[in-house]
Amino acid sequence: MTTQHTASDPYATSSADETFAEGAAVFNASGGDWDDLVDEATSLHEERIVVNMGPQHPSTHGVLRLILELDGESVTETRAGIGYLHTGIEKNMEFRTWTQGVTFCTRMDYLTPMFQETAFCLAVEKLLGITDQIPERASVIRVLMMELTRLSSHLVALATGGLEMGATTVMTVGFRERERILSIIEMITGLRMNNAYIRPGGVAQDLPRGVYDKIRDTMPQLRRGLRELELLLVENPILKGRTVDVGFLDLTGCMALGVTGPILRSAGLPHDLRKSAPYCGYEDYDFDVITRDTCDAYGRLRIRIDEMHQSLRIIEQATAKLQAHAPGSPVMVADKKIAWPAQLAIGTDGQGNSLDHIREIMGESMESLIHHFKLVTEGFRVPPGQVYVAVESAKGELGCHAVSDGGTRPFRVHFRDPSFNNLQAVAAMCEGGQMADVIVAVASIDPVMGGVDR
Amino acid sequence: MSRPVPGSGDGRPTSSSSSVPERQGGGIADFLAPLGGFGVTFATMFRKVLTEEYPEVKRPTEARYHGRHQLNRHPDGLEKCIGCELCAWACPADAILVEGASNDDTPIAEGGTGRFSPGERFGRVYQINYLRCIFCGLCIEACPTRALTMTNVYELADNNRGDLIFTKDQLLAPVQEGMLPSPHPMVDGMEERDYYLGKVTGSTREQEAWAHDHADEVASLESNRR
Repeated sequence: MTTQHTASDPYATSSADETFAEGAAVFNASGGDWDDLVDEATSLHEERIVVNMGPQHPSTHGVLRLILELDGESVTETRAGIGYLHTGIEKNMEFRTWTQGVTFCTRMDYLTPMFQETAFCLAVEKLLGITDQIPERASVIRVLMMELTRLSSHLVALATGGLEMGATTVMTVGFRERERILSIIEMITGLRMNNAYIRPGGVAQDLPRGVYDKIRDTMPQLRRGLRELELLLVENPILKGRTVDVGFLDLTGCMALGVTGPILRSAGLPHDLRKSAPYCGYEDYDFDVITRDTCDAYGRLRIRIDEMHQSLRIIEQATAKLQAHAPGSPVMVADKKIAWPAQLAIGTDGQGNSLDHIREIMGESMESLIHHFKLVTEGFRVPPGQVYVAVESAKGELGCHAVSDGGTRPFRVHFRDPSFNNLQAVAAMCEGGQMADVIVAVASIDPVMGGVDR
Repeated sequence: MSRPVPGSGDGRPTSSSSSVPERQGGGIADFLAPLGGFGVTFATMFRKVLTEEYPEVKRPTEARYHGRHQLNRHPDGLEKCIGCELCAWACPADAILVEGASNDDTPIAEGGTGRFSPGERFGRVYQINYLRCIFCGLCIEACPTRALTMTNVYELADNNRGDLIFTKDQLLAPVQEGMLPSPHPMVDGMEERDYYLGKVTGSTREQEAWAHDHADEVASLESNRR
């Protein structure tokens, strides 16, 4: 180090750096003895460390940034930094037709695409006043798709949660089972994620041939996979040591923070919109709302496992209902001024509009052609007003607040994403706990940043 | 190890985990329960591995899979695309560019630009930007002539932007048995509607004769366009 420096060397040490403030401790990285250093640090009585965790951290569940204030190993203050995955989905939806909006909202919480689609479509249908006209088959298909999605979302919650605690096997088992569900979803919608399958007025197309067999074949495999997850997790002493009494948030805390979903049910309140405010005909299905009273990460994990069993029950009931329907039952609302005018068919040239539909609009009915063009280019008009519709997503109450000014595009669509509200609880869950428990608490919230930031 | 928990004085949640209704299995079952995971691990050694050996083994997709687009032809080889731009309207990601042009039945030798599709218009420029495409499938649902379909081809990765904007010649379906490459006239005695009613089943002698006689002109038309 030299005190001689010239103006041409902007990085040279200035003389001011060498005059230290009176009484300030100076730590040198070289020389001296480690014990001296520790003694000096101890004499300051200061162990407070601020650690920035994330947004690029393998165990923060996506691009979540946590600002932790540590006193030794204990967390004294936690703050969540969000916004790293903001993609302006809600704003973009204001510049697309109501039908196109589905392709955007499906990408919010990318692990639960069907829930966003359903919430948005239910909101649009409520604005249109056609809720009663949705064909029953469309509603049953929606229920089927939502429960499949709930299963896959919970499986990812357990898989990534396990991975963050160091249990790679849990991750591989979880993703292996999820793959079976994605395969069913791919068969039905043509895409594994971000499906844009549920549309205002119904669903994009009816179920393909052979899907019932596929679901029937997959159910026992899923049950077996769930059983394996239970064996791996439920009584595992290491997992219990990591999760029991960790991430504690009681009912009062849940209510104060607007927390819903498995976290709320782990506090003992059997709040499930499928029961308390049924939609899509959920009142016709036989299933239980799972609750526990441990208020901790372990309880949430157990709730997710048990909810998957309930979802399997609903899927079986929905499949039976669908098979009972007459072939050719409609899956889209009858009103031709709203119904998306597509009849897809698969041929040797791939998937496209069926030749029957082509014959009708291009060869036979000018009226149909006009409807087709109007709906695709302009879309349908939605009466002015605003609605709020909520569905029970895998993560909690997923609400859609849609405002229409009477046009063919939304004036505003706001989503109450459960991950966003649940993430508020991270401070309440982590403060006072250990550093390692932060990971467990966040994993038990299961936030998906795509939904949080939108 | 005591962890202070906010809101509870003793540092422990008031409702302990013992209140959870656990499986009541008796002494030995309780003792063995934590070992269940080892059983799963052991049994997995004898199970078929589900790993997909991509790219060595390519798993076929489901039939409905949204893959690469294709622009189709009528059975006589004329293009189905009429340049109506409905696909571009429907696209929520603005990935499709279409420019229509008029079909021209004037002989090419007299300055005509040729007939590519039945009816008035055809898609002169057709581009799909696969950097923007989100494979939602609204375009194929919007297409009123089944000109645009989605195949199951999913290997679309590339290392530069330019090559991911697919142009019409890349998207157009290959000329199959019984087809003649466009441009060429419509089937004699048929009108546009007949194509959509399924009355055209393949190219006719007259069309083949026309194509044979006008091969040079068609080639010059193509070189002019370039």
